[in-house]
Amino acid sequence: MSRAAAPVDEAPQSTAFGRRRWTGYLLLLPGALWLTIFFIVPMGTLVSTSLYDPNGTLETGYQVTWAFSNYVDALQTYWPEFWRSLIYAGLATLFALLIGYPMAYAIAFKAGRWKNLLLILVIAPFFTSFLIRTLSWKLILADQGAVVDFLKAVHVLGPDGRLLATSAAVVLGLTYNFLPFMVLPLYASLEKIDHRMIEAASDLYASPLQGFRRVTWPLSMPGVVAGTLLTFIPAAGDYINVELLGTPQQTMIGNRIQGLFGAGDYPFAAALSVTLMVMILAMVIVYIRRTGTEELL
Amino acid sequence: MSTGAKTTAHGASDHATRSGDDLRLASVTKRFGTFTAVDHLELTVPAGSFFALLGPSGCGKTTTLRMVAGLEKPTEGEVYLGERQITALRPFKRPVNTVFQNYALFPHLSIEENVAFGPKRQHRKQVDDEVDRMLELVELTGYGKRRPAQLSGGQQQRVALARALINHPQVLLLDEPLGALDLKLRRQMQIELKRIQLDVGITFVHVTHDQEEAMTMADTVAVMNAGVVEQMGDPVELYENPATTFVANFLGQSNLIAGSMVDTANDMRTVDVRGTKLRVPTGRARVDMGDVWVGVRPEKVFVESTGADGGSSSNVLPGGVVSDVSFTGVSTQYLVRMPWGQELTVFEQNTGARETFRVDDVVDLRWRAEHTFCLDAAQDARAGVEDDLSELP
Repeated sequence: MSRAAAPVDEAPQSTAFGRRRWTGYLLLLPGALWLTIFFIVPMGTLVSTSLYDPNGTLETGYQVTWAFSNYVDALQTYWPEFWRSLIYAGLATLFALLIGYPMAYAIAFKAGRWKNLLLILVIAPFFTSFLIRTLSWKLILADQGAVVDFLKAVHVLGPDGRLLATSAAVVLGLTYNFLPFMVLPLYASLEKIDHRMIEAASDLYASPLQGFRRVTWPLSMPGVVAGTLLTFIPAAGDYINVELLGTPQQTMIGNRIQGLFGAGDYPFAAALSVTLMVMILAMVIVYIRRTGTEELL
Repeated sequence: MSTGAKTTAHGASDHATRSGDDLRLASVTKRFGTFTAVDHLELTVPAGSFFALLGPSGCGKTTTLRMVAGLEKPTEGEVYLGERQITALRPFKRPVNTVFQNYALFPHLSIEENVAFGPKRQHRKQVDDEVDRMLELVELTGYGKRRPAQLSGGQQQRVALARALINHPQVLLLDEPLGALDLKLRRQMQIELKRIQLDVGITFVHVTHDQEEAMTMADTVAVMNAGVVEQMGDPVELYENPATTFVANFLGQSNLIAGSMVDTANDMRTVDVRGTKLRVPTGRARVDMGDVWVGVRPEKVFVESTGADGGSSSNVLPGGVVSDVSFTGVSTQYLVRMPWGQELTVFEQNTGARETFRVDDVVDLRWRAEHTFCLDAAQDARAGVEDDLSELP
């Protein structure tokens, strides 16, 4: 320690070098500890749980029996929920993109001095709890609510048609809840585009539509990829929206996992969790490769 | 500025008049809110010429360029290309291309794709060969597969040029194209641009705040200030016979001395400067009577010992005192304080044939009458002086 306190120019070079190298590791330590305790250890626990003997119970205890059959059984039993999760999340992502892109575009390029206010409005829903907002949708979409009345009046819905407790309500809830996660990265990406790029496209005979397709859209691709991932991933694992806006017919994989954990069937729940994680990871990698936005990884 | 470069510049207009139509701005005005960026601008750019719009930042030159490109719509006035009115034509429908300041290359496209962007939008066939030819013209053969970020500033500049030229525009607009380059590269690109312009024979309209750049490259220079053209002409004419104090100061340096015109007889006018009579050729006097600025360029003036005989064709201002001497190698710069307190600048070539002076020497200033010019005293004698502009880009 006394050596380390000596002025740098007197200390042998190797010591100075060594100390500098240790500083880096020391700075990494809190983060590394955090990740170990809260990510690596739980992940190991989750994977080992998924390999428990499926006949174990809270009373009899659980054993790691390398029961890979848990995965096969879980998938065989619950593939419709997997499938539904991916479709709902995919639809929600698509709608969020269709709504979010024009929003982000308008905020980035057309809002002028309203820009900051509009950004705050995008984030404003977060000031209230996720649960409360989803519960509010339950009221809005209720059978006796104004929205259903109106849709019945204009004959979009039949006389006994309803919105609540349908797939549409679940997808709507997902879209609504994850929209800010789409808009913000899109905005960040669009806002960075040098306006002269768009002028240059126009100068080089690109009509506004061509300019958008050839210049604005490709340059906003990092935002599109980030936004769709930030929407799709949490939406695929969500269970609150089905819980509040759907019925057992709309059950997503998140609901199953939650239910199984609640019922003490840890091996199945863990196997489903790991499967969902691996599926999403594989899809993300393929997606990022195909859109050529590897630098996001 | 060498005479050699000048000869080539003039050759250009002869060589290239074959292509297309003149660009004409008729009383074009552009206002942003209450600010008038361009004020009833009248400008004709002959087809095939290398035309420079020169002025300090904020003088309206870039706005003018953007109105020709269609990126800005004039508040009043019309833009013509030949007989065709293009004022309201959208940018992607104009036969005009721009080399943007900082180039605006598409970062997500390769060099080839950048260059092919214009032709592809116009559905032209056999684009690949033409891209290769363009890259050859700007000496970037073999760089086609790279991305803009992998190229140096000078190379990106040439890509921007190729990307615009491949469309064979009737007018090529260059917005401070060399502004981001270092001095050495800038000199090199000036020559390069001139060569390419001679090669392709397209009208170049070049916006710059660098007077040397404008004079080296352009056949015709229009000096802009506060939204209007102060003076337009070939660089020699502008330099030797400035029409306003702004041009006299912005293009090189000038000594402007207050005087009043006392005689307008014949082809020489006489101006009285504090008792000394100076003569000005009639063609170089911008006012006929009253108070004037008498002007002379510093390199036209000789410093001499008091009372030396210089012949009758000269203007002589006696009684100066040398207040500063700076030796710059090629020349020596003297500051000479006149009896009325004004300091005049003199550049003397270090030919070795002339006497040198030291601070506090009493001297006469002498120059040939035909190098004198005469401007309206109502104008600000310090308009366009570089010191005021040195902080601007």
